[in-house]
Formats: sequence, C-alpha cells, structure tokens
Amino acid sequence: MMLEVRDLAIDIARPDAEPLRLVNDVSFRLAAGRTLGIVGESGSGKSMLLKALIGLLPGTIRATGSILFDGTDLLALGEAEMCRVRGRRIGMIFQEPMTALNPAQRIGDQIAEGIRWHRRVSAAEARAEALQWLERVRIPDARRRIDTYPHEMSGGQRQRVGIAIALAMRPDLLIADEPTTALDVTVQAEILDIFDELVSDLGVGLILVSHDLGVIGRIADETLVLYAGTRMEEGPTEAVLRHPRHPYTRGLLAAMPRRGGGVGAGGDLPTIPGTVPSLAALPPGCRFANRCGCVTEACRAAEPAWRTAADGRGLRCILGPEAAA
Amino acid sequence: MFRLVLRRGAGLVLTLLVMSLAIFLVMEVLPGDPAAIQLGTSGRADTLAALRQSMGLDQPAVVRYLAWISGMLRGDFGTSFTYGVPVAGLIAERLAVTLPLALMAIVLSTAIALPLGVIAAARNGTAVDHGATLFTQICVAVPNFWIGLVLILLFSSQLGWFPAGGFPGWEAGLGAGLKALLLPAVALALPQSAILARVTRAAVLDVLNEDFVATARAKGLNRSAALWRHVVPNALVPVVTIMGLQFSFLIAGAVLVENVFVLPGLGRLAFQALAQRDLLVIRDVVLLFAGLVVVVNFLVDMAYLALDPRLRGRA
Repeated sequence: MMLEVRDLAIDIARPDAEPLRLVNDVSFRLAAGRTLGIVGESGSGKSMLLKALIGLLPGTIRATGSILFDGTDLLALGEAEMCRVRGRRIGMIFQEPMTALNPAQRIGDQIAEGIRWHRRVSAAEARAEALQWLERVRIPDARRRIDTYPHEMSGGQRQRVGIAIALAMRPDLLIADEPTTALDVTVQAEILDIFDELVSDLGVGLILVSHDLGVIGRIADETLVLYAGTRMEEGPTEAVLRHPRHPYTRGLLAAMPRRGGGVGAGGDLPTIPGTVPSLAALPPGCRFANRCGCVTEACRAAEPAWRTAADGRGLRCILGPEAAA
Repeated sequence: MFRLVLRRGAGLVLTLLVMSLAIFLVMEVLPGDPAAIQLGTSGRADTLAALRQSMGLDQPAVVRYLAWISGMLRGDFGTSFTYGVPVAGLIAERLAVTLPLALMAIVLSTAIALPLGVIAAARNGTAVDHGATLFTQICVAVPNFWIGLVLILLFSSQLGWFPAGGFPGWEAGLGAGLKALLLPAVALALPQSAILARVTRAAVLDVLNEDFVATARAKGLNRSAALWRHVVPNALVPVVTIMGLQFSFLIAGAVLVENVFVLPGLGRLAFQALAQRDLLVIRDVVLLFAGLVVVVNFLVDMAYLALDPRLRGRA
C-alpha cells in the first residue's frame, strides 16, 4: 500500500484553553495509481488533512497518529527529510489558480525550478522538460507561452500550469485541494480530463478533495466522506454515490442540483437543515445528530464507532448499513 | 514596454521644465537685489546700475529665464557672486562629495535593512524579531547628526581609526576619500536603515501568507529558498519606494551631517549660499536637487516595472 493513514488527529494549540481537535479518527489507504476522493463541506477538516499529508501545517497545529508513505511515517520525519518528500514524492495542487503562482516569475521557470531543485539537470534540460509538461497539460502554443507570466493567462490555464509544476517532479502521490472549484464549468471538465489522463498514464496516486460530488463521481475510485472533522462513510465511489449508507451522504446527494429537478416539478432544491457544529462545541453523541433526519435517542448518547461492513465499506452511523433506504 | 519608458522619460523632461520655472519665479519674488548684495552698503547708484547691466539684471524676466535655461543646457551655470568662480565648477566639486556619500549611505542602509527586515519577518514574534524591533526603534529615535558625533567620539577621538572630519579630495586617492566618507555615511544610513527595515518586514509579512509561497514549499523548497526566491522578490516594491524617497533626502538633506563632519557637500553649499544670498548658486543648486529627485523617481518607476511584470502591460 503506497499510502496508509492511521488514526490521524489534528489539534490546534490555543493560548488560553486546551488544544482544539480539528480532525479526529481519520484512517484510509491508497494504492499507487488509484484515486481517492474526499468529500466534505467547508469546516470538515479536508484542507487540514491535505496539509498534514504534505507536512505544511502551520506551527500551532499538530498532527498525531501516523501517515505511512511507502512504509515511512511522514509525521516522524524532520523538516529537512520532509523537504525531500515534498514535491519529489508528494505533489500538491491548490484551489486558487489565480494566486497559487508567483506573479513575478515566468511560468516556465516556475516549472523548471522544481525539476532542478530535486534533480541535477542543466537549466536547458529543465526548460525542455518544462515545455513538454506544458504540452502535456495542453497549453496551446506552449513554446511561446513558456516565457509568459501568470497574469497573462486565464484561470484554467494557470491551473494547468499548477498541475505541470506538480507533475514535473514526477511524484508518486498527487494531492489536489478543490482544484476545479474556482473554475468555470467547461474549464472544470477540461481540467478533470487532464487529471484523468495523466494520472492513469503516469500511474500517480491521486487524492482529490472537493465539496462537489459530481467531480468526485467523475474521477475517484474510492470516496471518503468527512463531516465536522471526522470520517462518516467510505467505500468504492460508485457504491457510495448510488447506495449511500450514511444519512449525511444521502443528504449531500439529495442536495445536488439535477436537470429536471430531483424533488418534483418546481420544487426547491433540498438542503440539509442546520449548519456544521462548531468544533469547540461538538454535541456529545454523533456529530451529525442535530441535522439528521433519522436521529434517535441513542445517537445523542455517544459518538458511534467507525465500523467496517462485510463488503469492506466503512460507516460511522448507529443505524448500520442495513438501515439505508 | 518601450513606449512606457519613453513616456516616463518625456514626463521627466516636462517636470524639470516646470520646476525650473517655479524656481525662477520664486527667486524673482524673493526680496534682495543680487547686485546690491554683491556691492554691499558702499555701492553708489551708478555703480549699481552698471553692475546690474553687466549681470544682465536689467533685462526682462523672460529673457533672463531663457538665458538661464540655455546656459544650463550648454553647461554654463553662471558665476557665483560670493565665490567669484563658475557655479558649474562649484557644484561639480560638491557633487563629487555628496553623490558618493549618498550612494554609500543608501548601499549601507540597504545592506543592513534588507536582511534585518526579511529575517525579522521570517522569525515573526521570536526573540530575533523583537531584537530587530528594538534596534530599529533606537535608530529611528536618534537623529543622524548625533550618531555622527558619537561616531567621531568613538572612532576618531578614542580609537583614531578615521579622520574626525574634512575631505581630502579624490586626488588623495580612492581609499582616503572613502575613508573620510565612511563615518558620515554610517551616520546617515543608520536611521534610514531602521525605517527601511520596518518597511521590509511589513512587506515580507504580507507576502509570506500568499498562496504561491505554499506552492513553492509544496515543491520541496526549504523555508529559506522559498523566502529569498519567492517572497522577497514580491515584497520589494514598497521597499524600493522608500529607498527612492530616502535617496532624495540623502542628496538634499545631508546638511547637518555634512556640517558635523565638515564635508564640502552640496547641502553645505546650498546652506551657505542661502546665508549669503548668493541667488545664482541657490537657483542652480535647487534645480539640481529637483533634477536628481526627478531622476531618482524615474529610476524607481523603472524598478517597479522590473520587479512586477503585471505593471508592464499597462501603458
């Protein structure tokens, strides 16, 4: 197994209180060349999770548990060792292509910089490779565009450059934080195509975080659903999206806009009532209890444990897999 | 891009013209007849009239303005009333002290401020940052002429490493000249470096939280590589702005330090000329100050274009 995250918890230090737990009890595995989709609303802890994976959590935030990457626990590595993993073994793509590139550096140089940081190649070789990557992410007229600055490109093109920067170092694992959220729908589709193609061509493992189930359904082999800092459901994407077992996943699916209307002619888009609870004031039982349509007395008593069903799918719900309607 | 440079260049010439006009008008309305001052109280009316005629003061203002400008363009700055020598030579002599002094001061100030500001920002909130803050607070609070006096006391009187003042002239050799300018340059640089360090720190702190810095770190760049390659180049615009203002101040405002170190600089020339009503010298020196400031601003504008490619597109 290329990546194995076990019992990951992330805490933020507070000056006048106990550390606040941002992420609790998250475990998952990812094999080389596979794609894991992580779904969750804002505040679900998904961005923190990615930052923990690449070792770029801010100083006041600490991760515990283990992140085994090809058998090495990344959480035990020092900063210098982590610098050799970052970029070279694990690449990252960011949400905002408009701000994720250095405005004062030509895009070709930004791609070549990573190549030369990790490998002993000449500037000319690195530039030639950068050009190839620009072509692979389908930047039109790449030979000329290699010397342009980010502000001369559209958001979609900048995101392709972001992908080229990450892939040029030939990482084994690519993590992408809402890579299409800031883009137009048509551009989103193009970017997802590029992901699809490159990930299968290069055999890169991909973790894609999104709040958009459409994106997840389109690209992920496995799906992990996060809510308020912990995992709620996990399984093969198709199974999770077609036969969701957790009321939260069902709520998310119902809230997806569909052509023709999922609810009946002229009906409003269904929403999940209420909001994600504050991590500082979590309810004693299930984190989703105050918004759940199937809530029982037992739900409020204690947080349900994570259980793996006979078919291998994981669930954190007192009702169990059979209860799914 | 080229058109932009050309346009800024044209603006520079226009600014200088307007300034020369303003300076000329101010000198016109200023009380005091240069001929009468030169002649002193003993002057008789007919001598005065003759002198006025020989100095060209009887001509109408427009003619005198044009004569001044065309003279300046030909390198003829007129003759000083008090020194009795060509103003051009006088200014060139002083500029040979003031310009190297200002350059040394700005280089020193930048060499102190840039690393200090960048490191203080990178170590935000640590002892290093607090130490840098303390240093800059002290340097800002202390006037440069006082630093000059302390430097003389320490390095000239006590240790005898540097001359206490005066300038041997560049004929005495580059080493001797630089040695005479080093202490005054330090005195000028310290307060300026403190301000520059604060500006640098704030600018770097701003850029540190930008997304592209995370991109650089995600490439595997360590903290210092991300800092110097990605953060600093993007934080330099406000720093260069302040450097431009400070350089202008160093050219024109070094009078006090020049006096402390008895340096024959432009500031002292302007000060003495003002005290002696040597209007021709004042006029030329003030225009020169203005010209230098305008040129520095032009260079700062060009530096913006070099630093931030986003500005190049806007003509």
